This record gives sequence, C-alpha cells and structure tokens, in this order.
Amino acid sequence: MSALWTAGVAGLLFALGLGLGGMTDPARVQGFLDFTGAWDPTLAFVMGGALAVHAPLSWLIRRRSAPVLAPAFPSLSSSQVDRRLLAGAALFGVGWGLAGYCPGPALASLASGTGLVLLFVVSMFGGMWLFGWWERSRAPTSQPQGGLSHP
Amino acid sequence: MPPFLIALLGGALIGLSASLLLLFNGRIAGISGIAGGLLSQRTRAEWAWRATFLLGLVGGGFLLRAFWPQLLGAPVAPGAAWVVAAGLLVGFGTRLGNGCTSGHGVCGVARGARRSIVATMTFMATGAATVFLIRHVLGGES
Repeated sequence: MSALWTAGVAGLLFALGLGLGGMTDPARVQGFLDFTGAWDPTLAFVMGGALAVHAPLSWLIRRRSAPVLAPAFPSLSSSQVDRRLLAGAALFGVGWGLAGYCPGPALASLASGTGLVLLFVVSMFGGMWLFGWWERSRAPTSQPQGGLSHP
Repeated sequence: MPPFLIALLGGALIGLSASLLLLFNGRIAGISGIAGGLLSQRTRAEWAWRATFLLGLVGGGFLLRAFWPQLLGAPVAPGAAWVVAAGLLVGFGTRLGNGCTSGHGVCGVARGARRSIVATMTFMATGAATVFLIRHVLGGES
C-alpha cells in the first residue's frame, strides 16, 4: 500500500517540476532546441537543477543495502553503447522536436484537456506497442525485452 | 523570480521526485520506461506502482492547470497527422533506446552512465536538427 503512495507522490512532484521548469510548454521546448535561432537556454537549468539534486542523493541512496519499500535496487546497466540505443535516441529526438513533447510533459499536459495532447499520448503508447510487436516479430522464440530494464 | 531560477527550482523538484522513487520504491524515474511497462508488464504489482506514478503525474498536471494554467502551453504542431507522427516516434524511439529525457537525461546522466550521456547528446542533436528544419528551412524563419 505505502509503496503506491510514494509512487503517486513522486509522480505528482515530477509533474510540478516539469511545469515550473517550462517543459510542458512545447513552444519553449522548441525554443530550447533552436540553437541557430532565438535560442532560449532556460530549459538547460531544468536539467541542471535535476542533476544537482539527484546526482548526490542517488549516490547516497544507493549506499543503502536496499530501498525502504522494495527488496533491491535496480542493477546498474552495462555501459555499452549500441545501435539500438543510438537509433532509439535519434528517433525519439525527432519526435520531441516535431511536437515539443517528451513523454513526461505530454502525460502531465493531459490535464489541459487539449485534443492534440491526448492524440499525442495515444500515439506515443501506439509507438510503444508497435515496438513490442516489432520485437516479438523479430525474435519469435526468445523472450521479449521487458520494461524492467532501465537506461 | 528570474526565469532561470524558476527553471532551476522545477529541475530540483524533478530530482527530488526521482530520488524519492529510488529511495522508497527502488525504481528509476524514467517516464517512458514506467509508461511502456504498462504495455509489457503483466503482474499486478508491476502494473500498480506504474499506474499510480502516472496518475500522480497527470494529477500534478491538474494542479498546474488549477494554479498556474499558463505553464501548460498549447501544442505547436500544425495538425493531427503531425502529432501522430511525433507521438509514434517518441513512443517507438524511447522503447528502442531504453529511455527518454528523464530516464537517460536525468537519472542516467546523474550517475554518469555512458549510455545515457550518449543517448542524451543524440536526442538533443536530432531534436535540434528537427527544429532547425521546421523553423529555418520549411518555416521560412531566418
């Protein structure tokens, strides 16, 4: 029960941070990505603030033997850079630039009640579903890669 | 408050959220991974925390709407087909690349993961190239 509360509170704080940071405004996101035009560097401070808090805290937290409400921390993934990582990040960046939404801000912006935001979120889940389908069709005998893995 | 301080504060909240999720739930606050798990994970426990986190995320959006409605900007995409293409790319790309702005850009970079640093530079680069095309080649802005 309590693990659900902490997940919900984390989600709520995450949305407030995205909103205050300006990530839920697609025009500002495109302005941040517009290096050759009227570049708006403000959003770099969002990442700066997040890293300034999370880098030391996550280091401290991982010194514990286990999380408070779970048996173990996720294992640290390999450092190997492969084609999947590069291709996936490249495709994601194109979509991010096209609409100005990455996954978190799009979900938080559902609250705006705008049809285009809902359409983006539905399409995003569609893309995730397509990925699962593509994975299964490529390797029908092996286990599909689950969402348990992390960056 | 100057805009960069507000952005810094917003970022700090995101960092705090990611730290809480790691400390209590032992999970990485990567939104695409959390959302994608709703499609690929079948167990009740895996589903429950993901759905609750995302409910909190959408709930936070409603708080933003109630108190600072100007923070929820309007979509800039010129039409529905454009939005569908962008959404499909974001969904497929984040699953293939195993993360997005939060999972790679914040959580991965925070612990100095090489994969995440490379991914973040990659999606920033293709995002910037896309905006360059939209604004300065197709859009006619100089």
